Amino acid sequence: MVLPTLARPAPRVPRRRPAPGRPRGGAVLLPLLALAVAVALQEALTRTGVLPGSYFPPASQTAAALLVELGGATFWQTLGSTVSTWLLALLIAVPLGTAVGTVLGLVRPVEAFLRPVVEFLRPIPSVALIPLVVLTIGTSARSALFLAVFASFWQVLVPAIAGVRSAHPIALDTARSYSFTLWQRLRWVQLAAMLPHLATATRLATSTSLILVVTAEIIIGIPGLGHEITMSRSVGNAARMYAYIVVSGVAGIVVNAVVKRLERALFVSHGIGAQA
Amino acid sequence: MLLITDLEKTYPGPNGGFTAVRGMSFAVQDGEMFTIVGPSGAGKTTLLRCIAGLSAPTAGTISIDGVPIDGPPREFAVVFQDYARSLMPWMSVARNVELPLVKHGSDARSRRRAVEQALAEVGLADAAHKKPFQLSGGMQQRVAIARAIAYRPKVLIMDEPFASVDAQTRADLEDLLLKVREETGTTIVFVTHDVDESVYLSDRVAIVTRSPSRIDRIVSIPLPHPRDQIVTKSLPEFAELRAQVFGRIREMVHDAALADA
Repeated sequence: MVLPTLARPAPRVPRRRPAPGRPRGGAVLLPLLALAVAVALQEALTRTGVLPGSYFPPASQTAAALLVELGGATFWQTLGSTVSTWLLALLIAVPLGTAVGTVLGLVRPVEAFLRPVVEFLRPIPSVALIPLVVLTIGTSARSALFLAVFASFWQVLVPAIAGVRSAHPIALDTARSYSFTLWQRLRWVQLAAMLPHLATATRLATSTSLILVVTAEIIIGIPGLGHEITMSRSVGNAARMYAYIVVSGVAGIVVNAVVKRLERALFVSHGIGAQA
Repeated sequence: MLLITDLEKTYPGPNGGFTAVRGMSFAVQDGEMFTIVGPSGAGKTTLLRCIAGLSAPTAGTISIDGVPIDGPPREFAVVFQDYARSLMPWMSVARNVELPLVKHGSDARSRRRAVEQALAEVGLADAAHKKPFQLSGGMQQRVAIARAIAYRPKVLIMDEPFASVDAQTRADLEDLLLKVREETGTTIVFVTHDVDESVYLSDRVAIVTRSPSRIDRIVSIPLPHPRDQIVTKSLPEFAELRAQVFGRIREMVHDAALADA
């Protein structure tokens, strides 16, 4: 049976901010212009001798060194080992932090019991663990992996605890009144409430784990971008050192953009954001 | 039969806490449309949460067909006022309606049929694949009602379900509820602060006092069925019943104001 359709008010516009439009010309051009100015300035300062060329090679030399590396046989292998350790660290830290955070968030006695341990371990700078890691794990890529996971785990754990507890009481009541099982409640109510928290945590963990992987490569001498940076420095090839620093930075920007994109796609398709 | 006996609910706090409900007793017959109405600040929502098994009473018992309720019963469904929070925003309308059915061991096809039926019932057959946030408030509440219908509850509990939609949508939803009730024979326990709504919908209206609430009186509503927003509300009996309920509530508010002064 069809309901009487008296003049029903027009459906309200969804209470969501409209998706940000494509960046206008200015939004792309201005940063590029700033970058060009900075590069040109650096070039000029080093060419004129204001900055010592042995520490700060002109941008053009760095670019040339980068081109040489890009054509070399080992570059992609080097980049690959850094990026693969980094991604693996994220693949371990994010699910692990989410799972442990879910348990700690839901079972308060366990959280109260473990809180001192967490509060003790969390502020330890991961780099302080490098000697320990070298002694126990050695100087392989697994050491970098451990340090990156250790550092980013906390960054996921804490938001995960907050996130699982942020489920709205009415959503939880709904789950209870329809007798959802624990698994159904976790999946349909609490995991969804966690998503915005987890997205931020993942982005934080992305930068943190890159920092840790590169640091471990520099200090421990694990093959990767960090190792190439420190190697170039020790043989006095400043241009090559900067080339690898640039590569690390670009890698960071690319992965951050990818994570952000995935996050947006997820949120748009899930209609989250109105709630956040 | 839903039986509430000597119900008391006290929230812990300083000075013995806050007693929202005390000495509340009443019975709701099978298939009855029973509305609880009272001044704001009466423990209406508390009472409903206890009946739904979402909140444990401090004292007294609630039973359905002689079986005491000590948690959300399988055969109850609740429709909340806050539809936006109650629906899962990242799931389609159809999926939202389907969720509570998933555990019942029913196969996907019979679930899908139940969802289609329930959505057709509330006039949302075309919105099955939309997300809740793409719908108006009234339509979202229809989804919540469809979810409850598809669940086929023995008792449907509604906590001011139409309080946050506009007047026209509200009238539509009231008629939808009457139609659903006509077709399914579900027992409905309904809380509202709107006197017109309570009289229009109900077989009996329970007026509750301010907290600690108890039943002040229960008014039978012998208005003929099917009810109609215009015809029913134009009946002299409607005006009389409305005046009776409204007058009693105003009296209580007035007395309370005097007592407070």
